[in-house]
Amino acid sequence: MKVSSRAITPDLPALRARHPQHFAPSVMHRAVVIGCVTVLAGLFVLGFWRLGFSFERILSGIGQLGTLVLLMIPPNPGSWAKFFTFLHALAETVAIAFLGTLLAALVAFPVGFVAARNTTVNRLVQFASRRILDGIRGIDTLIWALLWINVVGLGPFAGVLAIMTSDIGTFGKLFSEAIEAADKKPVEGTASTGGTRLHQIRFGILPQVFPVIAGQVLYFFESNARSGTIIGIVGAGGIGLHLAEQIRTLEWQAVSFLVILILIMVAAIDAVSVRLRTAIIGRSHQPMM
Amino acid sequence: MATSLPRLTDDRLAAVLQAYHDAIRAKRARSLTFVGLVVALMLLSGWVAQVDLSKLVANSGNFFSYFDRIMTFDSGPVAGQRVWTDPAEWFWGLKKWLVLLADTILIGYLGTALGAIGAFLLCFSAAANLMPNPWLRNGVKRLFEFCRTIPEIVFALIFIIAFGLGPIPGVLAIAIHTMGALGKLFAEVVENIDMKSVEGSVATGAGFSQTVRFAVLPQVLSNFASYTLLRFEINVRGASVMGFVGAGGIGQDLIEAIRKFYYADVSALLLLIILTVTVIDLGTERLRHALISREERP
Repeated sequence: MKVSSRAITPDLPALRARHPQHFAPSVMHRAVVIGCVTVLAGLFVLGFWRLGFSFERILSGIGQLGTLVLLMIPPNPGSWAKFFTFLHALAETVAIAFLGTLLAALVAFPVGFVAARNTTVNRLVQFASRRILDGIRGIDTLIWALLWINVVGLGPFAGVLAIMTSDIGTFGKLFSEAIEAADKKPVEGTASTGGTRLHQIRFGILPQVFPVIAGQVLYFFESNARSGTIIGIVGAGGIGLHLAEQIRTLEWQAVSFLVILILIMVAAIDAVSVRLRTAIIGRSHQPMM
Repeated sequence: MATSLPRLTDDRLAAVLQAYHDAIRAKRARSLTFVGLVVALMLLSGWVAQVDLSKLVANSGNFFSYFDRIMTFDSGPVAGQRVWTDPAEWFWGLKKWLVLLADTILIGYLGTALGAIGAFLLCFSAAANLMPNPWLRNGVKRLFEFCRTIPEIVFALIFIIAFGLGPIPGVLAIAIHTMGALGKLFAEVVENIDMKSVEGSVATGAGFSQTVRFAVLPQVLSNFASYTLLRFEINVRGASVMGFVGAGGIGQDLIEAIRKFYYADVSALLLLIILTVTVIDLGTERLRHALISREERP
């Protein structure tokens, strides 16, 4: 070991002279890394100070949290009447997620073609629709739920509309990106046989993007089943209403029961959607995203 | 040049055509069954979710009139005018709101950072190629699953009771949810690495932490950073509604404005939130593209 290092050392200045680029930028690179880390860590500390973190508050909070967790055991809905109410609310959540995702996909499907560069009617329309989709995505589902409650009143219908609206923004963007990534050759082939613009989209692009879109819709159904559990907190139906109520009234055993219900529901939906997805993707041999 | 294509005899052609039509019919029947199933499920969910189209049609005016109302001043000397005619009046609380907005971003940042640190520390134990012990590996995976299944607002509601009102429960709720979401993605990245350098480090006698530092980390770091940036954008949006339940940030003012019908404030706050989220979205997207292109450079 020592011998070899002594054998290399005399060469070092020569190496340095011959390959300066391997020695010099490393300092620059290191400085950038250290600078970035310092700024990020500084922000981190600033954040802790600004948001009022303190050691004793965290400690007492964790102690309190431990007590709450102990109070949650064993999970217990309270009564049979409550149990059936919870089950009904869970079904409502699944229905909200399913309907919201599907309606959003149906609306976003044509919008995606308008917002994609290769299928749009007009460059200006394309740009405008992209910006509108960005704006829709910028607003959280909970805020959309509050807005829709103004229109159709409290209840799960507002939740469906809220999930639909916020997903139109996301789907529109994802669909248009999938359409832009589609291979041009089938389109040219369709055009060469005399296909109109509509034929080109139907036979050239649709078969390519359909599995991608189906995979994304399934993925969002899963994710909406999770976020569908919270829109009830503002009154838009589903299990969130009961969850927030049980937390506010400190019924900890019912809270843990609801949490377990949600975990089971999400696991079941995951399992179904994984099978559906492999069925769809497997049939057409397309990479998903 | 005369060319001719040999044509199948009619009886053989008929068989081929018959098979073709059968295949098409079977495919069509399958698609129709699928569509019918989806429509039936939609009707069922519509019934469960109390969808009432007549109410939607009757009140759809409310949706647009709501946007009309939040774009109009409703009190003071400028009542009845459009909000953009007097930006100073529209954004009367700009100073307060900017501070709240900065707090919101900080909540998102701290939550993302804490969650990413937690995910980073645990993800190597959840990766099948680095962690031979299946009990520990599955335990960590289940923990991640639990953390990302429970929505952050629910964590926030519980933490508010333990830690008191304010941004602390918001940060912790986002951190836990982020840890679950990022932990899964990080572990998947680690499972996809090239194992040759790991074998090389192990052959030189490196321990677990040294292997991770010199063989795994250089391969995964840019992907980790890219996912964390994506999550940061999501978390800022999430932090903007944390105030709905009292967990700090700009959501507190927003829900107050919505509930008390301060229409002009609603539009001002929504505009500020959309602007912030868009700026962060664009910024992180740039950084991510830079990171990914660095990854692909030989």
